[in-house]
Amino acid sequence: MTHISRTHLDRLESQSIFIFREAYHFFKNIAMPWSMGKDSNVLIWLATKSFFGRVPFPVLHIDTTYEFPEMLEFRAWATAHYKLNLIVKVNEEARARGIGYETHDPVTVTHELKTVALQQVIAEHKWDALITGIRRDEDPTRAKERYFSPRNAQFEWDYKDQPPEFWGQFATAPAPGEHVRVQPLLDWTEIDIWRYIQREKIPIPKMYFAQNGQRYRSLGCSPITKPVRSSATTIEEIIRELDSTRTSERAGRAQDHHERNAMQKLRAKGFL
Amino acid sequence: MEVKITEKTAPVSGFQSPVSVKVVFVGHVDHGKSTLIGRLLHDTGSLPEGKIEQVQNACRAEGMEFEYAFLLDALLEEQEQNITIDTTQIPFKTARRSYVIIDAPGHKEFLKNMITGAANADAAVLVIAADEGVREQTKRHAYILNLLGIQQFCVVVNKMDMVDFSEHHFREIEQDYRAFLRTLNLEPRVFIPASARLGENIAHGSAKMRWNDAPTLVEALDQMTALAPPTDLPLRFCVQDIYRFDERRIIAGRIETGTLNVGDEIVFSPANKTSIIRSIEHGNGSGSGPAIAGDSIGITLREQIFVERGYVGSHQKDAPIETNRFHADLFWIARQPASLDHLYTARLATQEFRCQIVSIDEVLDSASLERTQGAAKELARNEVGRLIIQTRAAVVLDNHDRIPNLGRFVLLQDGVIVAGGTIHGGVYTARGSIKSKNIFWTEGKITPGARAAQHGHRGVVVWLTGLSGAGKSTIAHGLERELFQRAMHPYVLDGDNIRHGLNSNLGFSPEDRVENIRRVSEVAKLMADAGNVVITAFISPYRLDRERARAIALEGNAEFVEVFVDAPLSVCEQRDPKNLYRKARAGQIREFTGIDAPYEPPVDPEIVVHTDQQTVEESVSEILEQLLPRLKAEAVVAN
Repeated sequence: MTHISRTHLDRLESQSIFIFREAYHFFKNIAMPWSMGKDSNVLIWLATKSFFGRVPFPVLHIDTTYEFPEMLEFRAWATAHYKLNLIVKVNEEARARGIGYETHDPVTVTHELKTVALQQVIAEHKWDALITGIRRDEDPTRAKERYFSPRNAQFEWDYKDQPPEFWGQFATAPAPGEHVRVQPLLDWTEIDIWRYIQREKIPIPKMYFAQNGQRYRSLGCSPITKPVRSSATTIEEIIRELDSTRTSERAGRAQDHHERNAMQKLRAKGFL
Repeated sequence: MEVKITEKTAPVSGFQSPVSVKVVFVGHVDHGKSTLIGRLLHDTGSLPEGKIEQVQNACRAEGMEFEYAFLLDALLEEQEQNITIDTTQIPFKTARRSYVIIDAPGHKEFLKNMITGAANADAAVLVIAADEGVREQTKRHAYILNLLGIQQFCVVVNKMDMVDFSEHHFREIEQDYRAFLRTLNLEPRVFIPASARLGENIAHGSAKMRWNDAPTLVEALDQMTALAPPTDLPLRFCVQDIYRFDERRIIAGRIETGTLNVGDEIVFSPANKTSIIRSIEHGNGSGSGPAIAGDSIGITLREQIFVERGYVGSHQKDAPIETNRFHADLFWIARQPASLDHLYTARLATQEFRCQIVSIDEVLDSASLERTQGAAKELARNEVGRLIIQTRAAVVLDNHDRIPNLGRFVLLQDGVIVAGGTIHGGVYTARGSIKSKNIFWTEGKITPGARAAQHGHRGVVVWLTGLSGAGKSTIAHGLERELFQRAMHPYVLDGDNIRHGLNSNLGFSPEDRVENIRRVSEVAKLMADAGNVVITAFISPYRLDRERARAIALEGNAEFVEVFVDAPLSVCEQRDPKNLYRKARAGQIREFTGIDAPYEPPVDPEIVVHTDQQTVEESVSEILEQLLPRLKAEAVVAN
């Protein structure tokens, strides 16, 4: 008879590690998109736990060229700190065509500079699986995701006919040209992420903490990401703030709200 | 399973203790599950600010009447069709604790999604519309919940406003459904009359139904508990992978049930080998504390034994069943029916194996619960079959009612799950007894793929090379034994069976040596083409000869794996098992490799073992570890 128990975070962590290891077993050519955001850094942390101190596959940054300078600084630091095999991808072709926030709407720019860039880099490297940091609580379309979620050759998500997934068994056989999104953080909530960052002392960019009365709750491209009013300068204060707010996490991300169902349209076309 | 509802239960406070309770909402299509959940989120203040206004505005823009269900059915299609297609999960909080709500679709077409949602749940809420009463999916879902082993659930009779909040009507439905549930041996905790649309008996009581003595839905939910990790069941540690990122050899996996301590003696099935746990590794550094059910860990062992993905670690006294035939209840969710002559891929915990349904003894319609006794040939979508499954190699499992995690499995076709099953009636026997091996057959054209499918592995040439006395023959026979125990088809070619027959006309001149190896290469190719794992144990000192052996094997579509059995000459000479070195030194044998004939070591062999630093068993383990993935039948099974 044992009296040891595990906390909610322990269970989430174990579940995520299980998923990481299943993905590493089933797919030979994996990459992990890394936005340097908080969830992304939790992913890196969980990968090092899963694989005993290393991230055994490349980490991908889709650089829109509209990155906050603080994020690029963090990227350099973390790449060295975790000894990451970092791949940086810019959709040079779209930038050459003049696609940018100065002239285009956020849904178009996000699609070109993130989704299309992702398609290009997947085709270059022939990855059969991408490990993503999306969570069910972020958005109603993400609430319907699977841990292993196939994308067809056009990178489309067939959310009307998703494969069954239960008892820790996943769909693992993408056809040529297809890939699988592996999503170890699906069960985590925004507060879980923060509590885990706090517990494990995971380094994150300082933009999440309040400066001059505002902080970023979710980080994207600089022209379309708005800070929230906040005085939270510690994780403890952020958690207290989140406990008392009912504003959605991605409220400051313009591309989600450009039109009705914008997020669903973006995601069906391949957005993370 | 009657539960008393106490007046007010104290909130489970603080973050460290609570684990979210996962509750799945199921029921017939259009009985109002999504509306119920939308209402629950709204009435408990769980919606993000502005969400309801946003959805109301969207409805106004589309000229539709606002419904609480829209809060959930956020996907475009679902709004258009007004039904839930896929399962969705939403975190939600009551004053007492946090939950994850799993909304499962009620439409028959989407049963696979319902199962996906329900399989993760701790508890269930079954929704019945008062105006329609018990319908097909109301029954089927209860049956599936039972099959999935979900025992905590309550029933909400929704849409009471459609029947004028009539107690009589409610009691009729309750009686009707209870009678059905009794045939499944299910006893729901409570029946709650409610109206999700009007918010009656959801978070607040109902003035319209004063006759009601049941709790509100929120009160009923607060009585449900998250399933505790099954730490008190026998230990089952399921191996996911072996990692050798650094000098450590870590066996990574998850404890499905039970508890594991450093120092425990663990038996790994199916190999039936034991070792003692040296350390438990928790990601960032090892700890000495025990690991319990649910933990993803790594372990290192005191003695190195061969372990690979799929192996199950247990304590000796409570070992799982090892068999290649078992009884199961299988629910079929793919469009294409299950058939007896098909070879399926099965996954059970981290094991993956090929299997065949050998007989279907009973078919059950999961809605009417009508049983068709007697042998059937097919199992159609949404049917449940009681059947017998036969596997290619030994599988490690438990009865579902004893250890659920090892008592359930899925079948896959083209990498997608087509069925889920639970295992029943297996017999636990003491370890070490001889197990019967069942013979397996398939029909059809005999392609390499068909052979591989039947054998459960591909034909391969494993070419051992090394000095006399390096240990080639010993390792070859050790390897042969290991493969044979895995129900594979290995065969060793060595001097004993080649020199005396096929090559009895050859001597040891350089030309004869070349011809010897050429013939061995050709025989190995044929045997590999026939589907065997051919292990050759010849000194084969010349690089060129080995390259030709490789080319010949490839001609026969057989993979060639060169294994360098490496030991320094001094060590081999000291061993000198056949006194050959001594005779060569004495000049009694001429042109002896290493003495007066050259040995050309492989440049880039697939596998190297160092027999001066390893035991025979360690060398065999190392070869196995790298060889087994190459033997997998899947690569050619497609044709």
